[in-house]
Amino acid sequence: MKKRILPLILLVTSLISSCGSGGGGEEKKTDTGTEIKSELPSSIQEGKGVGGITDVELSDEPNAAMVAEGQAIYDMKCASCHKLTDQRVVGPGFQGVTNRRKPEWIMNMITNTDVMLDKDPEAQKLLEECLTRMPNQNVKEKDARDILEFLRRNDLDKTGEKDGAI
Amino acid sequence: MRTRKVNMIISLVTIMGGMALVVACGQRNATTVIEGDAAEQVYIAPGEYDEFYAFLSGGFSGQITVYGLPSGRLLREVPVFSQYPENGYGYSEESKPMFNTSYGFVPWDDSHHIELSQQNGEFDGRWLFVNGNNTPRIARVDLSTFETVEILEIPDVAGLHCAPFITENSEYLVSGTRFSIPIPQKDVPIDTYKENFKGLINYVSLDQDHGTMELAFQIEMPGFNYDLARNGKAVSHGWSFLTTYNSEQAHSLLEVNASQKDKDLMAIINWKKAEEYVAAGKFTERPTSYYHNLMDESTGIAHSQEMKMTRILKPEDCPEMVYFIPVPKSPHGCDVDPSGEYIVGNGKLSADMSVYSFSKIMKAIEEKNFDGEIEGIPVINYDAGLHGILQKPGLGPLHTEFDERGNAYTTFFISSEVVKWNVDNLEILDREATFYSPGHLVIPGGETRKPEGKYLVAMNKITKDRYLPTGPELAHSAQLFDISGDKMKLLLDFPTKGEPHYAQAIRADKVKPNSKKFYNIEENAHPYATLGESKTKVVREGDEVHVYMTAMRSHLAPDNIEGFKVGDKVFFHVTNLEQDWDVPHGFAIQGATNAELLVMPGQTKTLLWEPKKVGVYAFYCTDFCSALHQEMSGYARVSAKGADVPLKWGLNETLRENQEQAEKFYEQLENKSK
Ligand SMILES: [Cu+2]
Repeated sequence: MKKRILPLILLVTSLISSCGSGGGGEEKKTDTGTEIKSELPSSIQEGKGVGGITDVELSDEPNAAMVAEGQAIYDMKCASCHKLTDQRVVGPGFQGVTNRRKPEWIMNMITNTDVMLDKDPEAQKLLEECLTRMPNQNVKEKDARDILEFLRRNDLDKTGEKDGAI
Repeated sequence: MRTRKVNMIISLVTIMGGMALVVACGQRNATTVIEGDAAEQVYIAPGEYDEFYAFLSGGFSGQITVYGLPSGRLLREVPVFSQYPENGYGYSEESKPMFNTSYGFVPWDDSHHIELSQQNGEFDGRWLFVNGNNTPRIARVDLSTFETVEILEIPDVAGLHCAPFITENSEYLVSGTRFSIPIPQKDVPIDTYKENFKGLINYVSLDQDHGTMELAFQIEMPGFNYDLARNGKAVSHGWSFLTTYNSEQAHSLLEVNASQKDKDLMAIINWKKAEEYVAAGKFTERPTSYYHNLMDESTGIAHSQEMKMTRILKPEDCPEMVYFIPVPKSPHGCDVDPSGEYIVGNGKLSADMSVYSFSKIMKAIEEKNFDGEIEGIPVINYDAGLHGILQKPGLGPLHTEFDERGNAYTTFFISSEVVKWNVDNLEILDREATFYSPGHLVIPGGETRKPEGKYLVAMNKITKDRYLPTGPELAHSAQLFDISGDKMKLLLDFPTKGEPHYAQAIRADKVKPNSKKFYNIEENAHPYATLGESKTKVVREGDEVHVYMTAMRSHLAPDNIEGFKVGDKVFFHVTNLEQDWDVPHGFAIQGATNAELLVMPGQTKTLLWEPKKVGVYAFYCTDFCSALHQEMSGYARVSAKGADVPLKWGLNETLRENQEQAEKFYEQLENKSK
């Protein structure tokens, strides 16, 4: 089992947070109180993040209708912060995202943003880089699925490879 | 239940306790005796919520302020009748039409009486209404957004003080003219008051699904001053009660000439009967002019419509619709108890308070127990309608609210106190000093069938001795009392915006769950909405330029715009793309002569900017939105009138692409003009 050392501030956040569940993980305080050892929820350890999305089924070829829907939502709610290249603007560029992150992680990040930023170490690393909290854009689960499909298409077009993180 | 002990015990000279029992005309020592746990009772720990929302009218600020009870914390100011620079209300292109009236654009008023919507005689938490006293108007605030969404002008009245009192299923808002005036307005000598001046009592109906207001009919009354009203409830549902003073019909030095008679009048109106007369066509249509301003729910844009006709009912044509009953000298308040049976009519210059019985009034009407008539309106025999008299409760009774235990609480302006008394047996139970000269008071639900007699807030007209001085003008004072026990107990003073005229308070759980957190951007139907950064653009139409701009933590798009010219009318249509609670973005530009915008998540708002000088001007977000908020800015380049700088815009690398688009745009324009 992988163990991580989190800064104190993160423990405090997760202890008082009423959002979401820890998914079976357990946090312990050391005697000195300065370091925290934490057993992360299994979904985080599996790289799926934390949230309502636990299992995403993918067809091999991106579904064209879903890609189109996903692009429309991306244009309206995401494009001002995420470019389709590897350029970081406010948030990271989307190029290659499906090769870095599991589909569950991507959809949890979209639909369960605040909890992800509070609990998922990968999401926290991105926050440290970007220094702007990703807003909760109130994207519905179905819409998040369409966005995922759009991101797979984007990766296929730009890098010739998708779903590299599965 | 509070788990924390608050060690804020205030020890005071207890000798003052006796003083509070004495009714004195002079001002008492302002030091207050409070019991040790008062601070604990009003303490709301960080992260905890208040139990009630209290909505206080802003009086001469023209606005509404929202406080939490029992903490007395200011939660919000809702702009209603006055322009509000904090969020651009009344300055933005969408909200300017809210101030249209038959007198033109009127960006101020004097807001007085708060009325929450009701169903079955209980607050339902959907809407809130308030009157504009000076330019007669009634506004509706949507309690899911705490925004003013409608303003209806009331024609041919003056000083709409007596408004907007609601019926128990929100069927109507009743209002009356405080000052009678010539109807229709005409150029006549003021001393022809008796011949030419009339008073109107107005009924505004409400659409039950949307709350939209409509002036249903007006009743033409003798030229008195109609001051306050309440509608019947339960047994008296279907009737309205309005106090009137100046039955002398004086028009000068009213402080003497309008207080000659020992008794004035209360008007009693059977509005169900009036409805029947309207349905039967018993009204006369009179040409007039008044404005109806309504905010469209999907675009957030207000539209004004001038209305040109009103329906008048005349009591002489409509028997059994209107009655009078005498009421002690110069009445002000007129309040109906939760059962609907008792109506309290206070004569503010009388030492006694008359309490009427609805069933006795009905009996007197049935038996035609009248003492003559005034302009065809029967005057009910005073004694026949009386439940009893509360004798010498204090000096200058003004307003009464009720608890659910059969008690009434009345403010006394001159003796500066609140007096608790039993409605049924007219026994005085308790009195508490206020500081000083209270006007209205409020108990949550205190004017409904279901009061929650836990707290009482008295709104005072004079504040000296209470807070650190701030020059000649002081914040007005509201005082919170615990009324749950036998004796009232002062818990807290809190300052308010001047002058908090009246208030209503509602249990928080009737409002809080419906509070909107953001506007669904998918439902944004504003004609200039930009639903995505890729759709941002700048369009010139003659000397009008429309900027379709988006805002997102932490940039505005586009952030560089060139090609504006001196003399242009530039409309910045800013769409906030966020879908997150509590993340508005602001928009301000140097040289703007009106205000800024504050755009809620998912909303579009428009600011008009008219550049007057050549140069490059900065614009920026005014709401600190993220760590990179300071960077959320941009530049607008303004060239001389007639300069050939092309219109171009962009954000970062896309600027050049837009230059091409701009050139294409001009090309097409040239081709068109050829
Ligand atoms: Cu901002």
